[in-house]
Amino acid sequence: MLPSNAPLPLSIRNLRKAYGNVQAVDSLDLEAYPGECFGLLGPNGAGKTTTIEICEGLTEPDTGSVELLGLSWRKNARELRERIGIQLQETQFPEKLTVEEIVRLFRSFYQRGISVSQIIETVQLHEKKSARAGTLSGGQKQRLAMACALVGDPELLFLDEPTTGLDPQARRHLWDLVEELKRAGRTIILTTHYMDEAERLCDRVAVMDHGRIIALGTPRELVSSLGAENIVEFAVEGDTAWPALETVAGFHCTHSGDGRYHLSVSELHTSVPLVFGDLARRGVKLTELRTHSATLEDVFVSLTGRNLRDD
Amino acid sequence: MIEQAVATHPGRTEPDEQRFVERSLVQLTLSRFHLFFREPDAIFWIFVFPILLALGLGIAFRNRPPDVLKIGVVGPNLAKMLGNDKNLSVATTDQASGELALKTGRIELLAIAGPYGVTYRYDDTNPDARTARLLTDNALQHSAGRSDSFRTQNDLVRETGSRYIDFVVPGLLGMNLMGSSIWGLGLAIVDFRQKKLLKRLIASPMRRWEYLASFILSRLVMLPVEVIVFLAFAALVFGVPLRGSLWELAALCVVSSLCFSALGLLTACRARTIEAVSGLMNLVMLPMWILSGIFFSADRFPAVVQPVIRALPLTAVIDALRGNMLQGAGFTKLQWQLVVIAAWCLIPFFLALRLFRWR
Repeated sequence: MLPSNAPLPLSIRNLRKAYGNVQAVDSLDLEAYPGECFGLLGPNGAGKTTTIEICEGLTEPDTGSVELLGLSWRKNARELRERIGIQLQETQFPEKLTVEEIVRLFRSFYQRGISVSQIIETVQLHEKKSARAGTLSGGQKQRLAMACALVGDPELLFLDEPTTGLDPQARRHLWDLVEELKRAGRTIILTTHYMDEAERLCDRVAVMDHGRIIALGTPRELVSSLGAENIVEFAVEGDTAWPALETVAGFHCTHSGDGRYHLSVSELHTSVPLVFGDLARRGVKLTELRTHSATLEDVFVSLTGRNLRDD
Repeated sequence: MIEQAVATHPGRTEPDEQRFVERSLVQLTLSRFHLFFREPDAIFWIFVFPILLALGLGIAFRNRPPDVLKIGVVGPNLAKMLGNDKNLSVATTDQASGELALKTGRIELLAIAGPYGVTYRYDDTNPDARTARLLTDNALQHSAGRSDSFRTQNDLVRETGSRYIDFVVPGLLGMNLMGSSIWGLGLAIVDFRQKKLLKRLIASPMRRWEYLASFILSRLVMLPVEVIVFLAFAALVFGVPLRGSLWELAALCVVSSLCFSALGLLTACRARTIEAVSGLMNLVMLPMWILSGIFFSADRFPAVVQPVIRALPLTAVIDALRGNMLQGAGFTKLQWQLVVIAAWCLIPFFLALRLFRWR
């Protein structure tokens, strides 16, 4: 499909970055393919923003190499700036400038790109184009940030937590926009701590924790790596840390930080009675029980649950 | 529609033709204007405040006809002997009420006739009282028969250029040039840094020098308005003289503005919050407000600190402005001041470039 010599949009080798004693990024290798939406998924403090800012040429790594579109920051910074689009976490635009003035300002930085009116249309801010940035809602501000990221017609787009702090409707609105960009064939790298966002938008996901990648694959692959499509989640009375509950009815059981136990099962109708039976036999009283089909959330719980136990 | 708007790129093409107003330096400078003129406070402090200040000072220190000094006399003949001196207002009184009038400042001097002559009671640290002493004594001695050894004449000079308002207008102009540059740059840069906008800007292909140059450009465009409005007011309302070359005055204002912009840039180069930079700016400006001779001559400070005061940028700027406006001095007579201003342009600018924090 692609010429074999076409450079990868993003290629990271053995990336490391420490802040004081904290190893923010630890021996990271990553590749993104042309036209895909690649997600970095993890809790706050997992090292996602550090990683993406190193990719964006805003932070120097301690060691390791980053190549974007076959170019490196050391040699081709100027060209790279022209060819990538960036949306940073928590940028506040000047309250007293209008949407159109801000987009026009950013457009002026790029030699090539999309016209100001067209990009405002794309992010659906045309009704707000004369409004000052200070009067926009959270979702509109985020779409303004998207417009500034897109106005140079980038080949590679970085979105750092694009929907953090938005209400559900504004999130869906932004997801629609990202999906349109995907359909238009742009390569997108995004970070998020919302599992549903990654599941919905990303072709491939790298799950990060403590500066490392602990799982990598399509959302479907990651979910099926659990070995089962359904999740049983329960809480018990009394002290929550029951060492005896490593397995229940023969299933592997993970204890997550919030005092709940998670089991991955393939068939609910046969497994749930077995779980009830086993717990009753041990004299454990249930306070809560829920089942749902497995999501990336469960992948994360099962992965970090194991990590937490290793600490 | 979206596919058109965000079409993929088979290969990078030639750069789009950019019109003049679409250039980044122009756009950056325009955004400075937009931000400035949408801030009513800034307009007040830069355009209106200096004029109000000049107006207030001009009225407070306006030249009045020489004061008539009030004195009290005790004794029958003294009032008659002083009768025709138009600089003195004489009231005959008894000793007790005269003492009271002196203590409460209603009269400057109390002259008491005694058996061996006249006693003057007055405060010798009060210039008006000393003047009253001289006038009274002179008048009394004359009417008692003393004659002048030689003839004297008075040639009265009340020239513009030597009044307080003439002195203070160049001072206020210098202060305004300093304030608008340092506040303008300092607050705007730190505001952008605090909002992470500086970081967002350097994540784009924007050239960093263009961002800094946009401040200088917007200052230079605003400067003529600011200076001309103020000087026109001073010249028309108070008749403050503009004796030097107007071109050199303009050049002085430009160079001074650049010098204070460099200082503002240095002040704002690392601060992360508006509070921090406000404190720093006051720290930088306060010594100059006091020492640099805005409202009174810097010569009043002790000789030991004079070299330091002369090396301050605001002192050099105000001295040069006074030299040009009041004495009509050309650049050749203002070399020392120009050297100081140039040094304050270059050193802070290069320091700021080295230390500037974009994130």
